[in-house]
Amino acid sequence: MILAVINKPHVDWFALAPSLALLTAAGVLLMVAVFVPRKPRAAVAASLAFAGFAASLVWAVLLDVKSPHATTLVHDAIFRDRWAALAQVLIAGSGAVTVLISARERWREEHVAEYYALLTAAGAGMAFFVQASNLMTLFLGLEWFSIALYVLSAIDIDLIGSLEAGLKYLIIGAVGSATLLFGSALVYGETGQLSFDRIAAAGHGHDAMLVVGLAMIIAGLAFKSSAAPFHMWTPDAYQGAPTPVTAFMSSATKIAALVVTYRVLATAFPHDQSLWRYAIAVIACISLAWGNIGALVQRNVKRIFAYSSVSHAGFMLIAVAAANQLGGRALQYYLIPYAAMSLGAFAIVAVRERELGVPVTLENLAGFGWERPFFGVAMWVFVLGFLGFPLTGGFIGKFYVFAAAYDHGMWWLIVAGVIATMISAYYYLGVVRAMYFRDAAELQLAPAGGSPPRELVLGIGVAICLVVTVGSFFAVQPLIDVARSAARVLPL
Amino acid sequence: MQHWLTTILIVLPVAGALVVAVAPFPGYWLGSLAALVSLVEVGVWITAASKFSFGDPALQFSQNHAWFSDLHVSYHVGQYAFSLWLVGMTVVVMAACTIYGWWAGRDRARAYFALMLLTTGAIVGVFTAQDLLLFYAFFEAMLIPLYVLIGVWGGAGRMRATLTFVIYTVVGSLLMLAAIIVYGLQQGTFDLTRMGPSDSTWLFLGFVFAFAIKSPLFPFHGWLPGAYRESPPEVSAVLSGVVSKAGLYGLLRIAIAKFPNVVDDWRVVLLVLASISLVYGSLLAFRAPDFRGVVMYSSLAQSGLIVLGLLANNDLGFEGAVLQMVNHGLISAALFLIAGMIERRTSTGEFALLGGMARGRPALSTVLMTIGIITLAVPLSTSFAGEFLILAGVFTQGWAWAAIGAGAMVLAAMYALRLVSAVLHRDTGPAVPDSALDLRLGELAVVVPLLLCLVGLSAWPNLISGHAFGGNHAQSSINRGLSP
Repeated sequence: MILAVINKPHVDWFALAPSLALLTAAGVLLMVAVFVPRKPRAAVAASLAFAGFAASLVWAVLLDVKSPHATTLVHDAIFRDRWAALAQVLIAGSGAVTVLISARERWREEHVAEYYALLTAAGAGMAFFVQASNLMTLFLGLEWFSIALYVLSAIDIDLIGSLEAGLKYLIIGAVGSATLLFGSALVYGETGQLSFDRIAAAGHGHDAMLVVGLAMIIAGLAFKSSAAPFHMWTPDAYQGAPTPVTAFMSSATKIAALVVTYRVLATAFPHDQSLWRYAIAVIACISLAWGNIGALVQRNVKRIFAYSSVSHAGFMLIAVAAANQLGGRALQYYLIPYAAMSLGAFAIVAVRERELGVPVTLENLAGFGWERPFFGVAMWVFVLGFLGFPLTGGFIGKFYVFAAAYDHGMWWLIVAGVIATMISAYYYLGVVRAMYFRDAAELQLAPAGGSPPRELVLGIGVAICLVVTVGSFFAVQPLIDVARSAARVLPL
Repeated sequence: MQHWLTTILIVLPVAGALVVAVAPFPGYWLGSLAALVSLVEVGVWITAASKFSFGDPALQFSQNHAWFSDLHVSYHVGQYAFSLWLVGMTVVVMAACTIYGWWAGRDRARAYFALMLLTTGAIVGVFTAQDLLLFYAFFEAMLIPLYVLIGVWGGAGRMRATLTFVIYTVVGSLLMLAAIIVYGLQQGTFDLTRMGPSDSTWLFLGFVFAFAIKSPLFPFHGWLPGAYRESPPEVSAVLSGVVSKAGLYGLLRIAIAKFPNVVDDWRVVLLVLASISLVYGSLLAFRAPDFRGVVMYSSLAQSGLIVLGLLANNDLGFEGAVLQMVNHGLISAALFLIAGMIERRTSTGEFALLGGMARGRPALSTVLMTIGIITLAVPLSTSFAGEFLILAGVFTQGWAWAAIGAGAMVLAAMYALRLVSAVLHRDTGPAVPDSALDLRLGELAVVVPLLLCLVGLSAWPNLISGHAFGGNHAQSSINRGLSP
């Protein structure tokens, strides 16, 4: 009876498929946690999670192919376009690699299926989040994946610092969410509209309430992309969380947050472009400075990469600040090698961690490159990619970001980026130095407890990351074409 | 086939590096494989040189494919006559150094030889890239294997040396990256053969800064002592013989050819820096307490001299500079390798501990003496020809520059003779055991070819100086930006 009264919107299930595939996987995994016996549970859960991410990836690719024209669906709640679809491809890919990294992690057995359920749920939330086309779905998506990530950070209560990481992330993340929500309320109060297009059409310009709302939305999203000065949770959460979770946070969360940041600013606030461009540019510069200087003094490798992820948020925000088509292209392109490098680097940290059973520092990385040649070379490629050296996509990504900034007359952002890169050479090459350059006397050759595990599954994940990192250097044109058609959606 | 030659020269060593990195052979066989690849590379270069038409000033063996089209970046490689000579010097020196590493039996052979071959490919890429972004990619790619080669196989102070080396080069090359982006977007293309001249002082300084660090030029030579002293000898040979030429080549190909008006404004400043490098480097070489010290500071001096030639802005200067780049590449590589051979026997390069090595070691003394004589530029030697051309060229910019250069030639005689006599003559040094052998066959096989190249060039220096710019139009073609 009641159903007949409520006016049901038409739902385009295909557009929601990437998200739904993961949500289904999460549901099935919760069943696995209960019904599958303990012994095969880890393998079954990992395979199912991988299948979920793979299915989501396939759906996202199809969605990208079949959505040449941007549309909004379900009463203007979500977008169906290539900007979101490409981000979903990257998120699903990151998730699949994360499953490969997680496969042999020494989880508490009773939690293993729940871990994968949360991982797929977080992935589903991100896939939904990047499609958001109004302030409600924006907040819903944000909370959806954030809550899953809070639990994931704290899931391994045996790990020193894991609980602390989860709690810090929860508290600071909640502040970020609240900021975003408050900002959304102000924007809604001013314009009376929820959907991005109509907010723009309401065109209230530089009205104080709208500007404050815009600022709070930027801040709320910057918490998620861990851009300074909203990054305080990042080093602690990255260090304390189980390493596969860190890998997932550093790649997928960043993809989702940055893609949505660009979308919200370009779609909902085109009239305030002159304001948010400079706000984002300032945040980018602070992130570059803080991230790189913070990383200089770290000894813990996960902390180094945490600060490095802050600085990379800065680089990618340069593309946002450029506020042009080239910038959109640059952001989507940059995310491809960045996600691969980030996942790969944390995967290798996980390898060393499992070998030694202690947190990985620059000191106990000594000799790693000689003991495990493949992982050593891979790590070498990833840090050079972070540094933006040629033969990795990181180089082309930085080049595009700088080109976008120059194209819009912000040459000083190039200078900031170049100086940041110079500083970063010290700690990125410091990782190479730690792995290869120590004297034999300093090497800790025998890890506790016999020969190191072989890590075949994780090796496959690292190989995938390696192929993407190096391949994106050579196959620039096809990737840029995809990124270009994604960026065309943005009204810039 | 012909247009593939440049690509083959770049890809062959890189492919060789990948094979060495994964081939399931023991270390000795990996070394021989790398040596073989480096010799095949020399063979490919000889093929290229025989097919090159030296009368034609245009780009040859060129290959052009779009890399990403929205910013107009392409994979464009090719060679001018002067690039051909620099590539030739590179492949010869790299072959000598790789074979020396094989003979010396470097440990961790797989990584070592893969990195040596990778370095070869990257340097050849620098000399042949005709797209600015591609040039930058090779320029940076060169740094990575060198960083590890010094850091892993270097001496006790290698940590500090690599850090200084990397900081200097990364600072320089990133400023160049900023300049490249701005210049390329302004021009609407990154293709060097199609980019027009620019009048921007900032862009010019961005490029010059990077190249002055790489060359090195006073006062940007701070990385030099650490890197040259702590490296394994054959890596020092690569650094001073080949890598430093990448900086000088960039100065010629980009800074001078693409910024003709700005060069005019800055000519005196650069001439002063070059002169200081020349005189200061020569004095430091004269005062250096060890073998490698002399060679490395003489490299600083020689960079100064070559820059003098590049800034002369006439045919003589450009031709002399190219000839001298090749000369110095061969000379300093040979000297660093000999320094390594002596260090193997005496475990030191300190002059105070050396001496009297000529007695009973005819091969060593003949080789070192001959190279020493070529170093000090005695008339009839190829370095005399190069220096004479440079001085005659720079004379047109003012007699004082030529006078400084001529004075530095005297200093060169002083440091070269001091080096030779400190090692070979006087009383037998405390670090020289009577059992120290003469040069072995393997060592001769590495040094003698370099020496023969130098002797051959001494007989016919015009082979390079007269065939470097296609029909003696160096100045006009460079001032047109080396564009067709």
